[in-house]
Amino acid sequence: METFALLGQGFSVALTPENLMLAVFGCILGTIIGALPGLGPSNGVAILIPLAFSLGLDATAALVLMTSVYYGAMYGGRISSILLNIPGDEPALMTTLDGYPMAKAGRAADALVLSGVASFVGALLATFGLILMAPLLSRIAYLFGPAEYFALYLLAFSTLGGLASKNQAKAIIAACIGLAIAMIGLDNSSGMERLTFGTLELIDGVDFLVAIVGLFAVTEVFVFIESSGKQTAIGVKIDKITIPVRDIIRTFGTMLRSTVVGFIAGVLPGAGASLGSFLAYSAEKAISKDKSRFGKGDVRGVAAPEAGNNAAAGGALVPMLTLGVPGSGTTAVLLALLMTLNITPGPLLFEERPEVVWGLIAALLISNVVLLILNVPMVKIFVKILMVPPWVLLPGVTMVSFVGIYSLSGSWFDLLLMIAFGVMGFFLRKLGVPTVPIILGILLGNYMEDALRRAMVISGGEWQYLFSSPIATGLWIAAFAGFVAPLFLRRYIKTPDKVPD
Amino acid sequence: MAGSKTSDRVFGALTIVVALAYIASATQIKTAFFSDPLGPRWFPYIIGAVAALAGFSLVIRPDEGEKWPGLFIFIKIAFACAILVVYALTLRRMGFLIPTAFAAGLLSYQIEPRKLQAFLTGIGLSGGLFVIFKYALGLGLFALPKGWIG
Repeated sequence: METFALLGQGFSVALTPENLMLAVFGCILGTIIGALPGLGPSNGVAILIPLAFSLGLDATAALVLMTSVYYGAMYGGRISSILLNIPGDEPALMTTLDGYPMAKAGRAADALVLSGVASFVGALLATFGLILMAPLLSRIAYLFGPAEYFALYLLAFSTLGGLASKNQAKAIIAACIGLAIAMIGLDNSSGMERLTFGTLELIDGVDFLVAIVGLFAVTEVFVFIESSGKQTAIGVKIDKITIPVRDIIRTFGTMLRSTVVGFIAGVLPGAGASLGSFLAYSAEKAISKDKSRFGKGDVRGVAAPEAGNNAAAGGALVPMLTLGVPGSGTTAVLLALLMTLNITPGPLLFEERPEVVWGLIAALLISNVVLLILNVPMVKIFVKILMVPPWVLLPGVTMVSFVGIYSLSGSWFDLLLMIAFGVMGFFLRKLGVPTVPIILGILLGNYMEDALRRAMVISGGEWQYLFSSPIATGLWIAAFAGFVAPLFLRRYIKTPDKVPD
Repeated sequence: MAGSKTSDRVFGALTIVVALAYIASATQIKTAFFSDPLGPRWFPYIIGAVAALAGFSLVIRPDEGEKWPGLFIFIKIAFACAILVVYALTLRRMGFLIPTAFAAGLLSYQIEPRKLQAFLTGIGLSGGLFVIFKYALGLGLFALPKGWIG
């Protein structure tokens, strides 16, 4: 009951004309960002944060805008998967498998509508999951001391490294790069400079937004220059939009199952939406009696990954809001947004700023409805946007990133740093090193160190303290298992080819 | 360029070198007089050590690497990088319009080498984005070099 009262309060925050307008605007922008190949939820949200910040929006409004963009991008990713056979963003990779064949068979409109409905089911149910689970988890989170938090951060890195990358060593290196960068600047406890090499600009540390925009947006430009001219997919025309009622009814079970699978994948810290859609597709294929149609335009193959990735997107918000540990690359970016707004996620957030949390949740429910309208009857408009060629899109994205970062700090040093991160991101991507752990490292590095140091202060330097409570020990075991298990499972489960979001 | 397992080995070795350098510079961190048991040096030490170990494991067990692009692509990327650096340095002094038009046009040309198309992209993006940033978002940008408008 209490939950409903709080949710009602949330709706009263979210339903102000300004916030409602921001939600609609965010949904449109998000769908566009998701649909455009080369712009995914992570880099889309990343380049918008500095701009949202310089608009001077208050915390709730900024969150409403950015989470609508986040959900919108999850919906939009499927459009280019289905029409161009290019995933609009990484979580939409699995949708190409059956979506494109379906479009080639002349059923593009049906595929778009079906996947739109699947996205809606996944995202809506996941938002209810968030409403039920987040308050519970935030109550458990009260039991967390520094030792538990340290173990939890470790768990986030290990699931990210274990599940989401092909080579554990590379994921560790990526996490270390991020953590090492986080150490630069003033030391929180002693106030001494660390690793600044006497550079004035580094005393405040490296701004995580600079790193995020560099690694996500600037890197993309270099990748496109490398692959220029190669991406010539033949687009598919769509005819009149009709609602394939029979297919929707037939795949309803698929959507529900995929939502559950996706939501669980999302809640795991560090796993994310790509994994959600991948697991949902694989699970659906594994339990179906007639597997022969999968990969050739099976409607279940369209519904499963879309319900899965949208459910995971909602699930990923659970650990992010309650524990301050993001469940995916994009939620890491959203965490960066919270930090920029001076909001510390965690159990206290639910007590101290209920209007932010419940306003956000209400905004998610609203944006789901808006997105269903945008993505089913009005999908044709977004299809047109796919015509924007990369030679306009990428310079545009670059200029937006530059102006965003420049308007935040006004320093050319940050711009140069951003370019450096872009170059680093390009080489790391060629080497198969995932970049999301770097972001996570930069975001969490100081918290992780603080947790460790406070634990050592409490225990007087006894390291056994780190394993002293059942929760801490459990998290250490989970972290270890999450990291090691994929080594043995790799033979049976093949992760998707791209580095998951 | 080197493909196969060489790139992972080189990357692993480079990681070890950087990690050791990182540890070395962490030894120079000044500690406060009253310090917690761990102090400001240990966490950086741990990071460096873990990274070095991971680098070492990459040297002995490298993956089959992706093929590197040819020299021409690298020159293009280096050039794109140079454009961005010049853009970063001129954005303040030269105002928004001129550097943006140049940078956007040149980048567009890098992605698809057609002169007129790139020229129009540069002009269009520069003008269009300026209107959005200045009037829709209200950012304090200058259109032209400050000296020109007095």
